Order: sequence, then structure tokens, then C-alpha cells
Amino acid sequence: MTPSLLLFWILAVVSVGASLLMIFNSNPIRSALSLVASFLCVAMLYLTLSAQFLAFVQVIVYAGAIMVLFLFVVMLLNPGTPIPSQKGSLQPAVAVGTASVMLLTFFLAGVLNLTRSNVSAAAVRSMGTVENVGKSLYSPTQPWMFPFELTSVLLLTAVVGAIVMTKRKT
Amino acid sequence: MIFAEYWHGVNLPAIVPYIAIAGIMGVTLALLPMVVWTERVALALMQDRVGPNRVGPRGLLQAVADVAKLFLKEDIQPKKVDIFLYYLAPFLMMMIALCAGAALPIQTLDFRHPDGTVFHVTLTPGNINVGLLYILAMSSLGVYALVLAGYSSNNKYSMLGALRASAQLISYELSMGMALLCVVLLAGSLNLGHIVQAQNQLPFGISEMPEFLRGSFLSWYWLQSLLVPVVIYTISMIAETNRTPFDLPEAENELVGGFHTEYSSMKFATFFAGEYVNMLTVSGLNAVIFWGGWLPPLNCLPFTLVPGFIWFLLKVLTGIFFYIWLRATLPRLRYDALMSIGWKRLLPLGLVWLFLLAGYSLIRDSGFHLLPNRTTAQLVLPSAERRQSP
Repeated sequence: MTPSLLLFWILAVVSVGASLLMIFNSNPIRSALSLVASFLCVAMLYLTLSAQFLAFVQVIVYAGAIMVLFLFVVMLLNPGTPIPSQKGSLQPAVAVGTASVMLLTFFLAGVLNLTRSNVSAAAVRSMGTVENVGKSLYSPTQPWMFPFELTSVLLLTAVVGAIVMTKRKT
Repeated sequence: MIFAEYWHGVNLPAIVPYIAIAGIMGVTLALLPMVVWTERVALALMQDRVGPNRVGPRGLLQAVADVAKLFLKEDIQPKKVDIFLYYLAPFLMMMIALCAGAALPIQTLDFRHPDGTVFHVTLTPGNINVGLLYILAMSSLGVYALVLAGYSSNNKYSMLGALRASAQLISYELSMGMALLCVVLLAGSLNLGHIVQAQNQLPFGISEMPEFLRGSFLSWYWLQSLLVPVVIYTISMIAETNRTPFDLPEAENELVGGFHTEYSSMKFATFFAGEYVNMLTVSGLNAVIFWGGWLPPLNCLPFTLVPGFIWFLLKVLTGIFFYIWLRATLPRLRYDALMSIGWKRLLPLGLVWLFLLAGYSLIRDSGFHLLPNRTTAQLVLPSAERRQSP
């Protein structure tokens, strides 16, 4: 077993474990923290795939900003003791059923029928650097600039929407 | 000074990161008591008090006495705390604060290859391409220590301190990022070593300037980015480290001790030390990004004799003194004033400045001719072009 494979398995087990903890924890703060741990593991997995930019943006945006806001809201609302789930509820069964069907679909469609990549290892190593991500996003020869700018307009719309909602005179 | 690449068969460039780790850890931890002592003495001088003068000559051993006191104090654990998170918080604070320093470049070392060519190696623990993003990521993770401490202590004041901390740190991270982005735009790199090297040029790229101004204080980014980013960064770095006048998460006359109210003994000492390590890291980043890192203030004889890491250390300590000076001078802000400075003043100013600088750097690259005679192919990637030429 090579060191990189060992690292992959450690990260994979920890991130899946943290995700499961997030679902099964009844305390919302601990739940959010497990999600942070899972995000950090995913960021490290990105790093092992030489996607430096993606890894650090994952940490800054998801772990550092969005989850802190989640924690902020949870602490501000202070939900107190969680309500125990009702006996005989169909919710867990439905959730497990949907999840396993989706997992099976992904497995059959993606993993089994995936073609092996024929990109060389050297090309992959420089693919995730900031320069290359920037070049493929903004280069005029690539078609990705317009969708990228559209996404930012979408986010702007969300910001304006939030301001309108809070400033509405009733 | 130029070192040989191999010394008795040992590849010297390969052990440079380990020297840097030992250096950064050792200097940081050794500086902590000195910084605390300097803070007390400087505050006393500025506020016309006597200051520490009992323990050791001129109170120099005061920090040692403080640590001994904290070490021997009773370790109190309040009832009904969330034990795991309660003990995790100080650990996180210290760990993240120390980790963040791992991308700071201290100086460059010159090595001679056996075939005679000389190459530079940056003396830094992690010479990574995305060093700036790494430090930003670490500083954004630092919030968790404060939030968890406040949440797990089972205390209303701690909780309020944690809420304030999370809101404040998120707000000021944005303007901090804007200020740093301005410099990244000019330097064309996220590698901190490259950012310092990009400052080793003639002021404003004007080739008529005399040679002793190459890499001098005039060509560092505090002036090259036209002053505004350094102001934004300095204000937000104080807010990021929860120091006066932005120390609302631990405002003692409103919140007892804020997020660390329920921490005593060594757990409190860890928070305290973590705050000072954070201060050192953040002013280290300030020194690297805006004040030329290891470059001497003038590229002429008495200054170039001093090795680079001394200049770097001097710049970091000047930043620390600035912290102390502000603490002695300014009163604490009101919370709404803190938020409005962050969101309504610094962030819009940073955004506008980023666009202005983008235009300015295009004009500067064409040698201040307002009608650039360059092809569109050059206009597309100004940063890549600039990196080849320093």
C-alpha cells in the first residue's frame, strides 16, 4: 500500500465518518462541527489531487465562512434541547431508501461505466494551480467566461433580493 | 553570502524548510514573554504609570512570574460544560495560530550548484504556490476557537462574546482579502516569496531611478499599491486579532471576559498566548505583503550588511509596537460603529481600489504612456508577462 493510498483511505474514512456524525448527532452545534471536519477532509483530498486552488477555496469559503455563519445562526436562535423524533415515523425509512437508490444509480451509471482518464500525470499536477484555473476560466479562447459571469449575476440577484426582503416596508 | 549546494554530501536546500520551522517556532515562542513585557512597559509609559518594576531588573521577569502564576493556579471547570469542545477550544486557538505562520518567508538563501550557477531558495517552512490563500484559510478557521469556547462554557457572557467574535471576524476577513487582492494583482503571484521578490525593483518601475532605490522602502507595496490597501489591511488585521480598539468579543466592562470568561489557569494562558501568536503572524504577513519582507529599506551599504531575517523581524516587531500604541491611544468602538466601518467603509473602498489598481497597473506596465502601444494578446495576461521580467 503506497503512502498516497494510505492517506486517501484515512481521509476517506474520516470524511465519511464525519458526515455520518453530522446526520446522527442530535446537537446542532456538534452536527455543524462534524460537517466542518468533513469539509476539511475533502479539502485535503483535493490537495492530494493537486487541486491547490480548489482546496484552499474550499477551506476559506465553506469551512471558514459559510459554516461560521451556520454556527452563528444556530447560536443566535439557541434551539435548546432537540425534540426527540416520534416513534413510528416514516422519515428515517424514506431517507435511507432514497439515499440507497441514489447511491446505486450513481454507482451503476458513473463508477462502473467510467472510462479511464488518459491525461498524463505531469499535466494533472499543474492543472489545479491558480494560473491554470484562471486561464481556463477567463481566457477568451475558452467558453467559460460567460457562464462564470452569469453565476456572479445570479449571486448579485440573491444579494439584492435579501436586501429587498429586509428593507420592505410593511 | 552564497552557500554550496552540497556540504559533506548533504543537500543543503532540502533542509532549508526544517531550519525555517525551527526558526519560526523558536523565535515566536521566545518572543512571547518579551512582547508581553514590552506591552506592559510601553502602556505604562504612554499612560504615565510606573509599570512592572518588581520582578527582576526593570520588571523583565514579570512575564515569567505571570506564567508561573497561571501554571500553578487552580484549574476550574464549570458545571455542565460541553467537555470535549471546552477543552478543544484553547488547543485549536494555539494550533491554528502556530500553523498560520508556516507560509511566511523569512529571507532568501543563495546556493551554488556544482556547475557554478547560483540559485535562490526562500527560507520558509512551506514554499507553496498558494501561500497567501493558506494564511487566509488558517485565519478564517481561527474563528472556531473563539466560537467553541463561547458556546461550550455554559455562560451567557461567553456566548455573547462568541457571537460578537464570529460576526466581527467574518466581516473583517472580507476587507482584509480585498486589500491583499490589490497586492496580488500587482505582484501577479500568490506565493509570498514571489510577492517579496516582486517588490525588489525600482520604484513605480521607472528605469530612470537611481540604483540604491531598487527594492527600497519606496518600491514596497505600501506605496506601490497607492497607500489605501495598507490602511485597510492594518485596520482589519487589528479587528481580526481582537485587539483594542476592536476587542469587543472580550470587552471586560460589558462581558466580564467575553469568550474566555470561564477559562482559568493554563487554559486561559493558551488563549492569551494564541492571541499574541496571531498578532505576530498577522503583522508578519503585513511585513511580507506591504513592507518588503526581508528587503532592507535602502539598497546601499550600511543597510545591506544586515541579514534579511533581521529586517523581517524588525518589521514584524514594528507592527507589534503599532498594536500596543493603538491599545494605549484609542478607546473601544461601539458595536454598530465596528460593523459599519467594516461593511460600509472598508469593503466598498477596497472594491473600488481594486478596480482602480487594475487600470493603474495596465498604465504602469506600458511605462506611464496613456495610449499603450501593445497588442491585445499582451493585454489579456498582464500578470504572466510581468512575472518573467523582474
